[in-house]
Order: sequence, then C-alpha cells, then structure tokens
Amino acid sequence: MRESRLAMFLLVLPALAVVLALFVYPLAMSVVSSVTDKTGATTLDNFAKAWELYREDVIFTLLIVCVSTAFIGALSAGIGGYLVLGESRRAIAALRWLYRWPLFIPFIVAAQCMRTFLAKNGLMNNAFDTIGLIDVQNAVGFLDWRGIIVTFVWKQTPFVALIVAGAMASLDRSTIEAARNLGASRIRILLEIVLPQVSSAMIVGLTLSFVTMLSVLSVPIMISGGAPTMITVDMAFRINAYSDYGVANALGLISYAMTAIAAWVYLRSNAAKRGMA
Amino acid sequence: MRSVLSTILRGSGLGAVAFVVFGPITNLALWAFAVQWYFPYKLPVVWGFKYWYEVFKPRSDAWESLTTSVLIALFTVAACLVLAVPAGYAIARGRLPWRGGILLAFLLPQAIPSIAVYFNVARIFYGVGLNGTIAGVVLVHTVHGLVFAVWIAAAAFAAVDRELELAARNVGASALRSFLTVTLPLAAPGIMASAIFVFLESLDEFTGTYFVGVPDVTTLPLLMFTASVAGNYQIAAITALILLVPSVGFMLFIERFLKADVLAKVGG
Repeated sequence: MRESRLAMFLLVLPALAVVLALFVYPLAMSVVSSVTDKTGATTLDNFAKAWELYREDVIFTLLIVCVSTAFIGALSAGIGGYLVLGESRRAIAALRWLYRWPLFIPFIVAAQCMRTFLAKNGLMNNAFDTIGLIDVQNAVGFLDWRGIIVTFVWKQTPFVALIVAGAMASLDRSTIEAARNLGASRIRILLEIVLPQVSSAMIVGLTLSFVTMLSVLSVPIMISGGAPTMITVDMAFRINAYSDYGVANALGLISYAMTAIAAWVYLRSNAAKRGMA
Repeated sequence: MRSVLSTILRGSGLGAVAFVVFGPITNLALWAFAVQWYFPYKLPVVWGFKYWYEVFKPRSDAWESLTTSVLIALFTVAACLVLAVPAGYAIARGRLPWRGGILLAFLLPQAIPSIAVYFNVARIFYGVGLNGTIAGVVLVHTVHGLVFAVWIAAAAFAAVDRELELAARNVGASALRSFLTVTLPLAAPGIMASAIFVFLESLDEFTGTYFVGVPDVTTLPLLMFTASVAGNYQIAAITALILLVPSVGFMLFIERFLKADVLAKVGG
C-alpha cells in the first residue's frame, strides 16, 4: 500500500498555507517595508534613523540577551550536573522538583512577580534586611537592566536545564564512573566529561532561549520603562505613537540579524562536531 | 563531622534555590491578599479579600476578559487540531515531498523574533477589518500554536505501530476508517498533550494580542498588563494568579499526557 505523494501534500497544505500567509508573508513585508520610504522608493533612511535614535538600545538589547544567555547556560549546566553527579538522592529529588516551576509561568506573570520582588521595598530586599544582610532604608531596587536579566534567567533556565538534564541522563555512565574511580572531582567530571557530550542539546536550548528573549515585549516594558530599554519596546512605541512602520521594521530586521548570529553560532558548532567525528 | 557540614551546605543551597524560585511567586501571592501595603512595612498592613470581590463581582472586566481568553483559546485549539492532525499524519507516515522544507516552515514562528511579524500582521488585518476581532486574535494564536501542534502530532503518529494500521486495512477497512478507529485513538494522548500546550500558549499570549486585539479584544494577560502599568498591584496579582492555575496544573499533570516514547520522537 502506497499513499500518493500528492495526497500527503494535500494533507499538509492547509497548515502550510496558514503559516505562509500569516507568518512568512508578513515577515517578507517587514523586510520590504524596512527599505521603503513613504513614497515607495527604496532607501536605507529607516536604518539610518533607527540607528540614530536607538543605537544605545540596540547595543543594550544585544548585551542583555547575551549576558542572560550566558547565565542561563551556566546555571542549567550546574542544575543538570547536580542531577547527574549529586551524591544525596534526597537533595537531587528536591532540586528536580524545585527547578521546573518557572517553566510554565507565562512571561507576563513572571514580569509581574519580579516587578514586586525586585522593587526597592520588595520581598528580596526585605528578606535580606530581616537576616541583616542589608538595610532596606538605603537599599536600591533592581528594576532596570538587572531586573530584565534576572527575569529572563529565572524564566528560561528551567527550559534549558530540562533539555540539558535530559541529554545528561541518557549519557553512558561508565566513563563518569571510571573518572570518579580515578579520583576526579565532580566539577572536573562535569566540565571535562559531561558537558562536552551534551553541548549540542545545550546550544539548541540556548538558541531557542535567545530568540524568545528577543521577542518578549512584556518583560522590558514592565520591569524597566526608562531608557535605555530593549528594541522590542522601541518597536511598539514607533507603531503606537507614530505609526512609523519603516523605522519599526528596520528595528525588526536588526532583531532578525541578531537571531542570524545565534543561528550561525549553532550551525558552526554543529559543523565543528561533524568535523571531529 | 564532614557529613554534617555537607548536609548543612546542601540544605542551605537548596534553601537558596527555593528562595529564588518561590520568592517572586510569594511576593505576587502576598499582593493578591493585601488590602493595604506601604513602605516600610515588610508585610501587608491590612489583609483581606477586598480586591477579590472587586475582580470577581458580576460583570466585572476580569470575568469578561476571562471569558474572552478561554473562548479564544478554545477556538485556537480547534483550529490548530484541524490543521495539525492531517499535517502531522502526513509528516509521520507519507513520503512527503520537500519534507525538510515543510518542517522548517512550521518551525519558523519559533525561530525568528516574532514581534515585527505581529505588527505587520496587524497592518494586514487592519486593511481587511480583522483588527480588534476575536477571529483575528485566534488566527495569530493559531500560527504560533501550530509549531507545537504539528511537531507533537507528527511525533505521536510516528509512535503508532504501522503494522496495526496495515492489519486494519487488510481486513477491509478503508483508509479513513483505519485512521479514525485505529491510528487516531492510539495517538490520542499525544494529540491531547499538543491541545493542552496550544491552549496554554493561547491563554498566556501577550505580544500578538497586544498588536492585533486592540482596542476591542481584552484578554486576561492584557488586563493584567493594564492593571500593572496603572500601579494597581492587587488586581494585577489576582489576575496573574488566575493565569497561573492552568499553567501549574499542566506542570503537575504533564507526564500523564506526554509519554516518553512520544517525547523521544519529537523533531525526528
């Protein structure tokens, strides 16, 4: 029995048409609009204006997303590593139960949580004040670039850790046991034996997180309204205040370019792995 | 002595993780039950359900946006399943032309920052009168949800043993009948998981609704955003807690629906 290729294609067609019409077409539209002025002539003015007005925000966005990605990578390596190499079963079970919670919390709810938690008189500063670490009267809030990074790391670490821990769990335990018998420390086993073998899972998770953070509007608006801010906020502002699609789409293209860098890193690491094999 | 020390270290480490994970959620919950809370008090000055009455009084904004949100999410699930079940089956079973390219097309909405796409969709919808309508928001959520729906459905169908289908065909069942009575029931847990995923994604979606739904469609996330920006932390906290209920419920039950053999085939 052999299904015809045409019949199979017809089954996919409706779903494909929806993605093409409502994602690929507007995506192409944003590219065209970014290089077109109001009269319809081709121009690079939108990029010049975007760069002139939002240069700081572009750099700020790239920094925030890169720093967050680095933290997410380090923390998920640590969580995954403890789940595989930890010695206390009870502590492993507790960590496994704990770390997943933010995964299913919507970004907008995470932003609202952090908006109260990281404020000058939020629960974090109050808790530190209670145990005598700081004096809340002289404390500062974290509702700026630091707050955005904290929120992103809090929300995305469980996602990457879940992927990384899954990859670590399916590793061959014998090399780990051998290294342990030879007296290698757990940190060394994690860095030299476990992490190199799960690097592709780690990079997939980090790339997806990178793109997600570049798309989120609610977190930067709610955590830090003032300048400098992320370009997602600038895009929303250009549209809502001026209906300026040209500059907004130029900023959109800049965010695609940042994604392209992430994708390039991902592909290069894949190629390097194939070269090694 | 050494084991006592390591137990203490382990305990305080886990305590720190618990504080980081639950601290922000606790702060939100405190706000939901605070009637009055101002500096320098570390805990609410007056506790109570005052704002809960306000949120849940008949014909309140919250009820209206909750109804809108659930309605949109249900329509989105229906649209995604209608599109994704045949597509997922074809990807799993058939010799599909351009299979790699098609899979990539379904991945795009997750692989490219979508905010610029959303306001261009809003621009298109403005021209055809879909802006500010439920249908417009459902369409935007459907595109976003299709990624999960198609990939999980394809994995669920791939996990169904092909021999069973062939056996049904051999005893004379039509292709449609063997699909409806054999393949679909076996893939149902995976399809169910994708439906829950799409439902939650739609319920929580903010950016697309922000551009396409204005000014007439107010979903729960938009209501929460407005309350928060206006400084009304109690209303924002209560709305956020309502949004958390389905998410946490899903987390606790995810393993029931998403079986390991299906998970292993995602993306395959």
